[in-house]
Amino acid sequence: MIGGGAAALCAAITARRAGCSVLLAEQAPKPLRGGNTRHARNLRLSHDAPTAFTPGAYPASEFWSDLVRATEGRADPVLGPLFVARSAGITDWLSAAGVPLQPLTSGELPESRRTVFLLGGGKTLLNRLYTLAEQLGVEIRYGCEIRDPVIESGRLVAVMASLGGASYPLRPRTLIACCGGAQANRDWLRRHWGAAAAGFINRGTPFADGKLLEDLLRQGVQPVGDPRGAYLVAVDARSPPEDGGIVTRVRAMPEGIVVDAHGCRRHDEGGDTASTRYALWGRRLADWPDQIGYLILDARGLRAAPPALYPPILADGLAELASRLGIEATRLQATVAAYNAAVRPPNAAHDDWHTVGLDPPKTSRAHPLTEPPFAAYPMRPGITFTYQGVAVDERARVRLSTGGVVENLFAAGMIMAPNLMPRGYVSGLALSIGIVFGHLAGAEAARHVRR
Amino acid sequence: MSAAEIQAEARRVLGICNACGYCNGFCDLFEAARRRPALTEADLIHLANLCHACRNCYHACQYAPPHVFAVNVPHALARMRHQGYRDQVWPRAFAPLLDHPHATVIGVTLGAILLVLALALAFDPDPGWPRAAPGPGAFYHVLPWEVMVGIGLLPLGWSALALGIGWRRYWRLTHPGSKATRDLVPPGDARLHALVDILKLRNLRGGGVGCNDRNAGFSPWRRWLHQVLLGGLALSLAATLSATLYHHGLGLQAPYPFWSAPVLLGTLGGSALLVATAGLAWIEWRADPAPLAPESRRLDCAFLWLLFVVASSGLALLVWRETPAMPLLLIVHLGAVLAFFLLLPYSKFVHSGYRAAALALAARDRHAMPRDRS
Repeated sequence: MIGGGAAALCAAITARRAGCSVLLAEQAPKPLRGGNTRHARNLRLSHDAPTAFTPGAYPASEFWSDLVRATEGRADPVLGPLFVARSAGITDWLSAAGVPLQPLTSGELPESRRTVFLLGGGKTLLNRLYTLAEQLGVEIRYGCEIRDPVIESGRLVAVMASLGGASYPLRPRTLIACCGGAQANRDWLRRHWGAAAAGFINRGTPFADGKLLEDLLRQGVQPVGDPRGAYLVAVDARSPPEDGGIVTRVRAMPEGIVVDAHGCRRHDEGGDTASTRYALWGRRLADWPDQIGYLILDARGLRAAPPALYPPILADGLAELASRLGIEATRLQATVAAYNAAVRPPNAAHDDWHTVGLDPPKTSRAHPLTEPPFAAYPMRPGITFTYQGVAVDERARVRLSTGGVVENLFAAGMIMAPNLMPRGYVSGLALSIGIVFGHLAGAEAARHVRR
Repeated sequence: MSAAEIQAEARRVLGICNACGYCNGFCDLFEAARRRPALTEADLIHLANLCHACRNCYHACQYAPPHVFAVNVPHALARMRHQGYRDQVWPRAFAPLLDHPHATVIGVTLGAILLVLALALAFDPDPGWPRAAPGPGAFYHVLPWEVMVGIGLLPLGWSALALGIGWRRYWRLTHPGSKATRDLVPPGDARLHALVDILKLRNLRGGGVGCNDRNAGFSPWRRWLHQVLLGGLALSLAATLSATLYHHGLGLQAPYPFWSAPVLLGTLGGSALLVATAGLAWIEWRADPAPLAPESRRLDCAFLWLLFVVASSGLALLVWRETPAMPLLLIVHLGAVLAFFLLLPYSKFVHSGYRAAALALAARDRHAMPRDRS
């Protein structure tokens, strides 16, 4: 098993229960184990009736049509329906494995028909599944990197394992790659995004370096998805360069205006007030000068803003705020003045504050920015995952570009997720893909070994 | 670390929690913190005492050390709580007792035993070492009943005063701006909820799965042992009250037979205390130290030892009360009880009032400010 997140653990536990001897190679040290599962919160699954964790029903057909819509019809038509059908079994498996889910009766969750929440988040799942894997007899190596796979005539023959500065060749009977995408690989990002890549912040684990993915593609494995594709979310520009996770998101765009490094507005801040706005703004910032933007709020907007990781940059006047941000003061003042002149209170035609005659407009929550102090949150694109992976068949076997599959090489989790979501995203999808395909790959790998 | 630094760290950490919210199914702390986003000093003191130190949020935290955010909520709040115990103690000059709890417990217990011994010698009708005289009133040959009541009631009176002043200071601190006490009392429903939270230790249920008592595994033991400890204290109190009834109401003199209410209740209570203190001490000893603050741990352990000595000396007295060792055992037990009474305001016991007040305030907040869950 290469990797240490939900997919690798599900695969390891399934294969071990099927009687295989399993080695799990996690590149991270123990405290930072688990890939981006450590940052996960919820997972998406189909269910035909209300459960203790999800109200209502979310039939597989609805899940599938959500996936088709989010990916603009590009989700794999074979793997997709298989995945949404199998997602129905996730809760039972997790509960049996001792992974706690947050019951609806806790009363502290948003009503979500489509996703269930992990009690305490992804790290609780990891702690439990690592303990279970150890109890079952899975060998776990932390700080262990697997590289240089050799594929010969449709079989994986060998890999190199590095551990504590030494390298060892391994010749496993099967291998399951569960080591995620390439979002922590700066070379990868530079190759596809050029200089803009320097302005990206990696929200997730620093260990998703995509190096094994690159090795596999070089060995003739069939790629799937888009190498330039990246799921970007607007994060605070002051965040650490890696691993900042959920708390780095900037959320209050609808409460103010967003300007670029020149003090100009570029998009309708009131256009999307749902949680999809984070990704919308992340993608936009990637194309802005220096990949930076500033959310500008006044005291009213600040009161309405949700809690944030860092305190805002504050100033009594706009000129002072502009100088703190390194924006030309007259430009910012002009932008705010034009915006304030265009805002209108709700009326018969509009049930919310909006702008008139402004380009771009602000179509909702367009309150004037007049009440000092003024505040700014600097924002950058925060990369969450990349959209290129390895193609797999319905048994999670890795496909070759020349046709056929590598019979003893399987993949699960984000390294193969682009089969299902080569673009777009819906919340809770990544973890579900990891669990469902982790199982599938573990079971198929065990079957292959026993054959 | 100075008080200001302890407070700044608690504010930093809970600020991150408020932006995250993953742990909100474990206990009331996280939603309570979101209701108080300003995280003022009063908010932090309240939230610190709402934390039951279950440690689930530490083991679940994606930002726990060695992550650069180094989030360790149980540790930060344990330090805040301890600082609060020091700040609200009465008289304030006694604050160092809370910083050196082992020395305090040992010193005060030995001192109390010596005091009881001195009293026994002073009031003994026949000169020399106190001797066991069998039959009714045997204990009062060692120490007259009036003296025994005196060494119970005088320290209890002092401790009640000191606890009352400390708890009142805390109440004022966490309810800034309110003068009239009646405004501060939670409404009926909230009061009932707070009482249930206290009695059931709901916040030690970890959202249903239990707590990370020793490591990332979930366990119900710390909660159950705490309940056993509370039960043991209640039974011991009932034993004392029933003995008073026997003495005054029925005119019967101790020692009472084994199948009498005072002895049965006391035996049950003492045994419960032994089990609970030993179990809790074992958990403390085996626990991952990272989410714990050393000063809190010392305070916990010292109090457990004190309770263990009180309970074990009481049970020893019961077992050997017909032997020549009785006077010595009685003196040791009375000394331990005296130390326990004296140290109520200067030991882990103080947390009971702060925790109850924090649960009452949290229940009031839940009723007054239901959170928008969107």
